[in-house]
Amino acid sequence: MVTDTAAISGQTAPAPDADLARAAAVAAGVPDPEIPVVTLADLGILRSVMRRDGRIVVALTPTYTGCPATQAIALAVEVALTEAGLADAHVETVLSPPWTTDDITEEGRRKLTAFGIAPPARRTCGALVLGTQEIACPHCGSSDTERISEFGSTPCKALWRCRACREPFDYFKCL
Amino acid sequence: MGQDTDAIFATCLALGDDALVLGHRLSQWSSTAPTLEEDIALSNLGLDMIGQARLFYQLGATIEGKGRDEDKLAYFRDASAFRNLLLMELPNGDFAVTMARHLAVAAFLEPYYRALAASPHQGLAEIAAKAVREMTYHVRHAGEWIIRLGDGTQESRRRMIAGLDAIWPYTGELFAMDEAERSLAAAGIVPDRATIRPQWNETIARVLAEATLDMPEPAAQRAGGRQGHHTEHLAPMLADMQSLARAHPEATW
Repeated sequence: MVTDTAAISGQTAPAPDADLARAAAVAAGVPDPEIPVVTLADLGILRSVMRRDGRIVVALTPTYTGCPATQAIALAVEVALTEAGLADAHVETVLSPPWTTDDITEEGRRKLTAFGIAPPARRTCGALVLGTQEIACPHCGSSDTERISEFGSTPCKALWRCRACREPFDYFKCL
Repeated sequence: MGQDTDAIFATCLALGDDALVLGHRLSQWSSTAPTLEEDIALSNLGLDMIGQARLFYQLGATIEGKGRDEDKLAYFRDASAFRNLLLMELPNGDFAVTMARHLAVAAFLEPYYRALAASPHQGLAEIAAKAVREMTYHVRHAGEWIIRLGDGTQESRRRMIAGLDAIWPYTGELFAMDEAERSLAAAGIVPDRATIRPQWNETIARVLAEATLDMPEPAAQRAGGRQGHHTEHLAPMLADMQSLARAHPEATW
């Protein structure tokens, strides 16, 4: 986080920026609209909260470029900040560095599993043609699973099925 | 605008139009794909392309600085002002044609975006770095279907061969560059399309070998999309795509 030095000029020691800290906490706690068990901080799409020319700027990064939730997320952050009395804060989108599923926190991975969504494989997205992955079933933990389709109900998910407990499940696909 | 700025705007428009037109074609499969899973898959692929189009248009609009935004660029230009490759605008045909086209495009865009991500132009590089990760899914998905259909039943094999033959005359345009693009490539701002061909050939050859299919016979190549000389298929597609925005210009919700 960057503190705007202009805002604290004239003081001998930098005063803690209470509003900035509150904005960061509020933005971090906003739930994902499509997978509400995880927050924006859990997903790793909250890139920074800082002051620019005195104004609080919240920077978000999209997951998939075409993900329709991106705009809903920006709106949800604006609403949450307004409700917290920080209506002047500005939400912007940054592309770089591009988001990958490795940005999902440990806490986020744990919450996804508990919700029934298998968390993404780590740094194994390389295989181009006919790549096979071993994904553990979020219900019973078995690795005897198979892919039904690489595309699911949202751009970030794939459809899988467990051959052990016979349950279908969503897999948060590796990007 | 300077000469370079003009050329970069033209690049944004060309890459944006490629992505939008292909994205719209993919969206036409929504609710009519062979299976529910494939319906969802094609919509997802289309969504990726439309997302990429938006980023290129947003960048282009900023560079142009004439007050046009992404919606103006997408909805308020006629076919002759579109700069997409002819391959993108071809009708979907059957599922095999769509998959053949998609492999041809994705096997190009994946290495192209990878190279563009190293561009010294920050805006182009950022979009490419974001988009390249998605394209690996596209290559794999189309590749898997071509293998399944080519090495499948007699009928699926016949259709897959016909699908590849249908799109083959339009694949050469992937590697064509006009003067503006050539000058940007010479300056190292965009990749030289010719340098993408070896990897494209290799990906196509690998998939077709696995599918037990031969490479299509060399065919007379069609081009003209970058100059706005389109097939008869683009204008009706745009008329449909743009009708709502043009019926309610400036509408917000």
